[in-house]
Amino acid sequence: MTTAALAHNASTKTALIDLLYRLGDDSLIIGHRNSEWTGIGPILEEDIAFSSMAQDKIGHALAFYTLLHELGEPDPDTIAYGRGPERFRCCSLVTLDIFGDGKSAPPAALSNNPVRDRVVAQGDWAISLVRQFFFSEADAVRMAALEQSAYEPLAHLARKLRGEIKYHTLHARTLLPRLGRATAESRDRLQSAAAALYPHALGMFEPTPHDATLADAGIAPAEPELCDRWQREIAPIMDGSGLVFPPRSSPVYGGRTGKHLPELTEVLDALQKVYRLDPTAIW
Amino acid sequence: MVQITEKWTNDRPGDAGYEERLAAFEARVGRGDKVEPGDWMPRDYRDQLIRLIHVHANSEICGALPEGTWIPHAPSLKRKLALCAKVQDEVGHGQLLYRAAETLGKPREEMIEELISGKAKYSNVFHYPAETWADVCVIAWLIDAAAIVNQAMMAEGSYGPYSRALKRVCYEEAFHLTHGYDMCISMATGSKLQRDMLQDAVNRWWKPIMMFHGPSDKESTHTTLLMRWRIKLKTNDEQRQEFLRKYVPKMINLGIRIPAEWEMRYDEKNRAWLYNEPDWEEFKTVVRGNGPVSAKRLETRRLSHEHGRWVREALAAAAEGRKIPLPPTAYATN
Repeated sequence: MTTAALAHNASTKTALIDLLYRLGDDSLIIGHRNSEWTGIGPILEEDIAFSSMAQDKIGHALAFYTLLHELGEPDPDTIAYGRGPERFRCCSLVTLDIFGDGKSAPPAALSNNPVRDRVVAQGDWAISLVRQFFFSEADAVRMAALEQSAYEPLAHLARKLRGEIKYHTLHARTLLPRLGRATAESRDRLQSAAAALYPHALGMFEPTPHDATLADAGIAPAEPELCDRWQREIAPIMDGSGLVFPPRSSPVYGGRTGKHLPELTEVLDALQKVYRLDPTAIW
Repeated sequence: MVQITEKWTNDRPGDAGYEERLAAFEARVGRGDKVEPGDWMPRDYRDQLIRLIHVHANSEICGALPEGTWIPHAPSLKRKLALCAKVQDEVGHGQLLYRAAETLGKPREEMIEELISGKAKYSNVFHYPAETWADVCVIAWLIDAAAIVNQAMMAEGSYGPYSRALKRVCYEEAFHLTHGYDMCISMATGSKLQRDMLQDAVNRWWKPIMMFHGPSDKESTHTTLLMRWRIKLKTNDEQRQEFLRKYVPKMINLGIRIPAEWEMRYDEKNRAWLYNEPDWEEFKTVVRGNGPVSAKRLETRRLSHEHGRWVREALAAAAEGRKIPLPPTAYATN
């Protein structure tokens, strides 16, 4: 299926556009979140690794937004910088901050960016690492499925992105088994992060009203099917890392219909801060 | 890390055979040979190199702070990607340079702790705040340009590992310069708001930039020895002039004004920019840790180092094969 063919099928086009917003927004927001560590990571090597994955994901957002633009949506920067939270379609996992229990006491000002200051003073890198693990595994499962998409531009892009995502999954698959069983502190931090994040991770696969249309058109499999594949991938890694799933987790939904955590507003205020000074300017 | 070996004994003036060794060493360096980690070298040469590489590495990771703070605010996807890549490079340069210093016998952990405690220095420019997006543009263009002048010169220096690290650093810095220049062009040719932001940033940054290459040759204490051993090949003033000759005309072309109090003027005959000499006492005060945001920079580094401790401890434990027991509910096979 090509872009031109979609012109004759309004409901398929609407469903595809919704899918691309979900993919692009997840990529942008996790890229933004991971780049909050650039320059202040726990060790230089991980500082570099998180920056690298952040760039990949921001690049993926640009690629998905470019597909949207080809379908008649605004240009990629306007999509990223010109929308309020209610129009974002990202899941809550990518939106979450990384302050764990340290939210109460804001630190002294260290820079012009209060969110960054809180990452420095209170950020829990274990949350970022576990999130990166859950997200990248889902990303890999999704891209593997989308390689077969009937929408050719998306299938082509999925094949391209999969090569990069392979390194994201490798990163977490290498680190988690080492850190999860190394010290009591590293195990506790990662286990707490896994327990707190897992309901949000399940929310990555929030079913949408477009699932059936997308599956029928051969564009993308339904979300519950992807969730099953994802769980089969992560279970052995969790086990090998000494991490256990929290009992009775119910998924956190809402992101795919624009009902977000308050953190998304904070992310977008930071993301769009300079752009909003003059949205018509070329920066 | 290289262990101190017997090759490094007799490396101080007055030691047995020191003068002969020094003469052979200086002859080697004079021929343009590279000195390698296991080679004999005067203690002073090693100390000076550790000091320089350490300061340089510190400057890279402190330099990541003012720009890193602005990655979340970068106003387009292209700028966000480029800025994140640039700051990542700076952290990578820090890693590379700490490794180069480790070849001289000083461990990274010790260097980072000396930075945090305020014992070790870092570049004067990173003691100042990045207040607006235009500051990020000015840092990426003009400070990286000034740094390239310094690093391209140091890359020809006599110590092999530092020289090789700097070749790679310079290669990457060239991209930063292009990114910085491109951002400044957008600002300089943009709306009035953007042009005013850019000029305001230059007004605030020009003094630290003029001080970047270090005290005037009349005041610099280390230069003579460093040049004799080919650690450094140009004086501070020579580097500053090289920077000014290349970049002041580009600034003028973009309509950027240099603050009037500098009275910048070009001397055609000597091909040199003349200006009112900055207050070098102020420079010394700043690099000793009394600049506008020195305390905040070190506090940021201290907190991030402290928060990373559990990761470093866990990685060390994993590297030694230490493992804690699995929780009873897990059923891993390893």
